[in-house]
Amino acid sequence: MPLDIYVNVAIGGILTGLVYGLMALGLSVIFGVVRVVNFAHGEMMTIAMYLAIVLFARLGLDPLLMLAPIAVVLFVAGYFLQLRVINRFITRPEHSQFLLLVAIAIIIVNVLLMIFGPDAQSVQTSYSFDSYQIGPIIIDATKLYAGGAAIVVAIALVAFFRYTTIGTAIRACADNYTGAQVVGLDVNRLYALTFGLGAACVGAAGTMLVIIIDVTPALGPAYTLLAFVIVITGGLGSMSGALLGGVLIGLTEAMAGLLFSPSAKSMFAFGILVLVLLFRPQGIVGRRTA
Amino acid sequence: MIARLFDDITPRGQALLAIVLALALAAPFIVNDYLLSVLIVTLYFAYTGQAWNVMMGFAGQLSLGHAIYVGLAAYAAAWLFVQFKVSPWIGLFAAIPIAALCGAIIGFLAFRFRVSGVYFAILTIAFAEFARIGFDHFTAVGGSAGLFLPVSGYAKYDLWNLRGGPEMFYYVILAMVVIAFLICRALLRSRIGYYLLAIREDEQAARALGIDTFRCKMIAVVISAGMTAPAGVFIAFYNNNLFPEQVFHISQSIEIILAPFIGGAGTLFGPIIGAALLQWLAESLRVVLEAVGIDMPGSKQVFFGFLLLLVVIAAPEGFWPGIAARFKITRRK
Repeated sequence: MPLDIYVNVAIGGILTGLVYGLMALGLSVIFGVVRVVNFAHGEMMTIAMYLAIVLFARLGLDPLLMLAPIAVVLFVAGYFLQLRVINRFITRPEHSQFLLLVAIAIIIVNVLLMIFGPDAQSVQTSYSFDSYQIGPIIIDATKLYAGGAAIVVAIALVAFFRYTTIGTAIRACADNYTGAQVVGLDVNRLYALTFGLGAACVGAAGTMLVIIIDVTPALGPAYTLLAFVIVITGGLGSMSGALLGGVLIGLTEAMAGLLFSPSAKSMFAFGILVLVLLFRPQGIVGRRTA
Repeated sequence: MIARLFDDITPRGQALLAIVLALALAAPFIVNDYLLSVLIVTLYFAYTGQAWNVMMGFAGQLSLGHAIYVGLAAYAAAWLFVQFKVSPWIGLFAAIPIAALCGAIIGFLAFRFRVSGVYFAILTIAFAEFARIGFDHFTAVGGSAGLFLPVSGYAKYDLWNLRGGPEMFYYVILAMVVIAFLICRALLRSRIGYYLLAIREDEQAARALGIDTFRCKMIAVVISAGMTAPAGVFIAFYNNNLFPEQVFHISQSIEIILAPFIGGAGTLFGPIIGAALLQWLAESLRVVLEAVGIDMPGSKQVFFGFLLLLVVIAAPEGFWPGIAARFKITRRK
């Protein structure tokens, strides 16, 4: 195989990986602040995906334009899920929280299955088969747009946490729960806000993935796992780690699909996860905590 | 010795237990084939739940990858049977060590490298998913096209080769559930059992008391994996087919944990009560939905989801502790 095929596949993998990274960023933010592991993460993303598909099929609205509205819908859903349900589980044991989210995940997957059926659905936009050519390198337009949008959303999120008062308050909650309460922060609302932001991230990522891949309800659990693989690889709770992990996994999957078989690609992602869990449990950019 | 295992159950509880066991023994003569198949599935999940319970309920290690033990054992016994006509009873001697060894490897890596809590759960998922995709590409045992067991050419009831009607499978799985129950009860009364409970409650305190927590957790994972193996052999011979997308799938692992959680993790009756509640309610729901003309894939799982939601919110200890107290089945400690 000539070299330019590898380069093309690698670029496609990196761009897809950026979208993965954004999805994982949502998981990382929720875990980093609320300390709850969102086992319904991929399932929340499939909700966004089907929203995008329905909006496109019924109203002809381009998924890229629907990015912000769908992210807002997911934000509101995540906000109230945290405020009304998950908040009650903050002090419960880990497996109790986990079961709560597994229950939510099971319900989401199968309600989608009941509504949309098991068959794959996709969105065919006017630019679905466009590509940009730079010398011998060919880049799919859909992946370029999706990867670009992922970077924009991720930068906005990082800026929010770094430069706004609310963002600072949320980081305070993450650093010291009791301390945040002592200085009078409404921790429950900030948690809800954080969960909403995490949900918005995954909503945005889902909307973008719709133009790259076909959607089935079964994607939910698969992407939940993928999000875990990414955040653990990058370092749980680290924002840059999530993006970096996403790119790494996207690249690995693309190369494995090219060199072996596309259906075996997630084996490599899981292989990386096992290695990272054993030898660098804090993740690639994470710091070791005692 | 057996009697000693039941000394914490009130006479009333023992009577109830005897009645339930008698009914279970008589069931194939009472119910039709459809209900019998529901009972078999119920007992299957009661059994796997009991095996899983050794890890989570006793030792507090949340495994979300028990499908890997089911799958490995199922494939080992089925492959031996298809290739060399090896009886599944002999196949058990391959299936159990393979599953136990796999459990030992996962346990060793996890516990040696101090992977715990949610990370441990994710590690177990990763191994199961790795196996699922691996077996999808493992063409010697059929790959994603599946492995099929020959059904014809055997006597009507061939217990040695596990070929026969649902009644035979029913009694096999019933015996497995009873044996698993007795093993778990004996384990819980043993020194190791108390060590495991101590680790579940507070691992650091257990270590401070001089308990070799690494060794105890290894024992728990090996017992749990080894106990899960016969379930895999059973399901392979009961279904007569194996697909990596089914036996190794994460939904299989999740379904295994539902029964003990709903019944009450850490209790011995929990997995049995939970499996019965889960399967019977789900089947009733299906019948009702069919009667009103709704036949949608996924409706059963949605129901599972809501039931689990109800349990985690309203009865986080599961249903068994409440039932036991209400009907005065176990003695107060």
